Amino acid sequence: MGGAVVRRERVRFLGAPLRLTPIGRRRLANFERNRRGAWSLRIFLGLFLVSLAAELVANDRPLLVRYDGAFHVPFLVAYPETTFGGFFDTEADYHDPEVRALIEEKGWILWPPVPYRYDTVVKDIPGPAPSPPDARHWLGTDDQARDVLARVIYGFRISVLFGLALTLAASLIGIAMGAVQGWFGGWVDLGLQRFLEIWGGLPVLYLLIIIASFLAPGFWTLLGVMLLFSWMALVDVVRAEFLRARNLDFVRAARALGASNAVLMVRHVLPNAMVSALTFLPFVLNGSITTLTSLDFLGFGLPPGSPSLGELLAQGKNNLQAPWLGLTGFAVVALMLSLLVFVGEAVRDAFDPRKTFR
Amino acid sequence: MSPDPRRPGPPLLEVEDLAVRFHMEGRIVEAVKGVSFTLERGRTLALVGESGSGKSVTALSILQLLPYPRAEHPKGSIRFRGEELVGRPEAFLRQIRGDRIAMIFQEPMTSLNPLHSVGRQIGEALALHRRLGRGELEARVIELLGLVGIPEPAERRHAYPHQLSGGQRQRVMIAMALANDPDLLIADEPTTAVDVTIQAQILRLLAELQARLGMAILLITHDLTIVRHFAQEVAVMTAGELVERGPVERVFAAPSHPYTQRLLAAEPRGRPQPVAATAPVVAEARGLRVHFPIQRGLLRRTRGWIRAVDGVDLQVRAGETLGVVGESGSGKTTLGLALLRLLPSQGGIRIAGAEVQGWSWRQLRPLRRQMQIVFQDPFGSLSPRMSIGQIVEEGLVIHRLGGPAERAAAVARALEEVGLDPSFQHRYPHELSGGQRQRVAIARALVLGPGLVVLDEPTSALDMSVQAQLVELLRDLQARRGLAYLFISHDLRVIRAMSHRVMVMRGGVVVEEGPVERIFEAPEHPYTRALLAAALRIEAAEEGVVRA
Repeated sequence: MGGAVVRRERVRFLGAPLRLTPIGRRRLANFERNRRGAWSLRIFLGLFLVSLAAELVANDRPLLVRYDGAFHVPFLVAYPETTFGGFFDTEADYHDPEVRALIEEKGWILWPPVPYRYDTVVKDIPGPAPSPPDARHWLGTDDQARDVLARVIYGFRISVLFGLALTLAASLIGIAMGAVQGWFGGWVDLGLQRFLEIWGGLPVLYLLIIIASFLAPGFWTLLGVMLLFSWMALVDVVRAEFLRARNLDFVRAARALGASNAVLMVRHVLPNAMVSALTFLPFVLNGSITTLTSLDFLGFGLPPGSPSLGELLAQGKNNLQAPWLGLTGFAVVALMLSLLVFVGEAVRDAFDPRKTFR
Repeated sequence: MSPDPRRPGPPLLEVEDLAVRFHMEGRIVEAVKGVSFTLERGRTLALVGESGSGKSVTALSILQLLPYPRAEHPKGSIRFRGEELVGRPEAFLRQIRGDRIAMIFQEPMTSLNPLHSVGRQIGEALALHRRLGRGELEARVIELLGLVGIPEPAERRHAYPHQLSGGQRQRVMIAMALANDPDLLIADEPTTAVDVTIQAQILRLLAELQARLGMAILLITHDLTIVRHFAQEVAVMTAGELVERGPVERVFAAPSHPYTQRLLAAEPRGRPQPVAATAPVVAEARGLRVHFPIQRGLLRRTRGWIRAVDGVDLQVRAGETLGVVGESGSGKTTLGLALLRLLPSQGGIRIAGAEVQGWSWRQLRPLRRQMQIVFQDPFGSLSPRMSIGQIVEEGLVIHRLGGPAERAAAVARALEEVGLDPSFQHRYPHELSGGQRQRVAIARALVLGPGLVVLDEPTSALDMSVQAQLVELLRDLQARRGLAYLFISHDLRVIRAMSHRVMVMRGGVVVEEGPVERIFEAPEHPYTRALLAAALRIEAAEEGVVRA
């Protein structure tokens, strides 16, 4: 609102300057008092940032090539082999010993820490694929001779991004539905509640499998299909908050001022409902990631060849003689979900007005 | 049994230099700072103070019921029959609690378990402390229910709390407290949640039981009328300290401490300015009815109607206050909401010359500036997430009045008008006291320049001294702006200080209406008389006039 100035104070959180109201500051302090949650958030954000820059961390194209007095950035630009004095017009394969020899004759190559992409098929592995961890492949290779570490980095990114996108979309729909139900009550509420019960009673996994079998799987189609069934998580919480709040005195006072339904809902009731909705969000995120992983595990998820943690787990199941596959998949999924649960607990503490620490 | 009270010995309860402090998020709050008093058998000591004075904390520490270890006693002792209670093991305290010292809490609905019959809950209080056979137990439960005046105790013991009225629930609480013939009864605001007529009955019951059973009562209250009519001794607390103690007659007649003097002088008094007979009528209702349907069954057919307001006529002129008095459930709040068209109703409503019954929300919106409301609970009526400035400004934004600079100036003016510094607009409701919040609620109503303000129990959640200030403020605003008030309250003292005319409501209808002096000096209807006696002299009415 225009004229009134809100007194906010500057605080720093994870290095970022924030302007917070006193109640926000109290919540931030409560969040940080849960040390496990605060550290989980730091670690998670660190891992997520690393995986966002996956192309810089794990790539089969070098970051920088110095050749014949000029710089080349192969991870951004596709150079034909002829650039480096080769024979073919196709893109250079920097793992090819001949290409490498050509470049190193007149310059040098800067590789990323992991010189493989998620889809790089490594041709010179020591034994048959999957090969066990060694100095070049820290987590071994999978049954198609792809580096597991590279796949995990990309898989982590796609899981988290998918989870975030699904959580955001599902929350928007869920909060809107819950708000409408709780605010208008009566027949609207009754009808939508019955619809929710029927919709929620559908066997989600089977439906997803059936739908996945006639829709070409992809990131966005999968997101859309899963959105159909995952928006219900927040409806009940938000509905309950709206049912409670619509008769609170400050809402009635605003109504007496002449405020319209939209203003009342958005400005007066929603902020209160958001507190309880926010505490659910990390857990909704967790659920979204788990669903994606399980679909991938069953083979109904992302298209074949995509880096996916579920697919890694499925490989582990099919290759029991190669325990590094299953163990890696398990460790990464467990770590990711645990970090998010710890963050979620800290968020819950932060928003709990009764929580006191000694 | 207990020793002869006349024999000199240790008093029943000795509190000496008691201090309590709480640890709150790294801060230490000193709630009680060295309080001493004694209480003898058969006597009543009233612990008086405003909210936050530490009176309830003192009472709870006698039973050692504070949230230890967040609370602690840095010093002091509490001796009951000569035995120290502070720091004693839980097992020892459990023998005392509910047996020798019993407690009655403020809210009878939340203090009773809704899933158990009242007989069972009283029986449990008995069985915890003594071994009784099934028959003996039942007989004692029936005896206790009869003792506290529940009719047909043998049948009513099977009732669940929701089947009893508020007054009956409070009686059940008393029966539970008395189950083991305690030596000391601690009553923490025992009548705050009930109507005045019920309050009079409950207090009379407690006095009778005390005379019969000889227990001591420690009464915690903020209501000086109760103290005057019910206690022999009074101890006045403020800010964690006990500032004055003595016999009730002495303290009320000649208070020695300045705080006590202020407290006694704080009762709302004075009269409103007279209204000119030519003043225009701001609001009018003719045959106003609000009926809520009772719906039953699968198809939710309407089986009957609750007549919350049943044919009420009223008229308020500019500069006039119409007081609406009644007990809970009499329909007075519903009347206020219906008059402002915040509830659907039938009958004629005329606001500022316009016949507004049946208008749509959109049609009504420009007129909303003319009619505003202030609610009872200053904690609930301000959005906790908005700054005071935003709260007061909201009406201006909704009605698109002025640009940001003009609105900011209007907000500052409104805050000044209700006696708050304009710098308050940067604060949040939780930083304000109850009285300050209520002033903000009034500023929010005033900023739109209304002609009619419905005041729904605006003072009843506030301390006595704050009530008096608020009454002054409201009268002052009325005189300056020529406001018409519909003043809803159950507190007759405030009604008298505020109103020109009074309407007494009961069961949705007006039983008596007239100028304030006539209603108070010569009430005609027996219900009005009972209400006045109960409120001003704590006298219980004869049977039949009021509900139990």
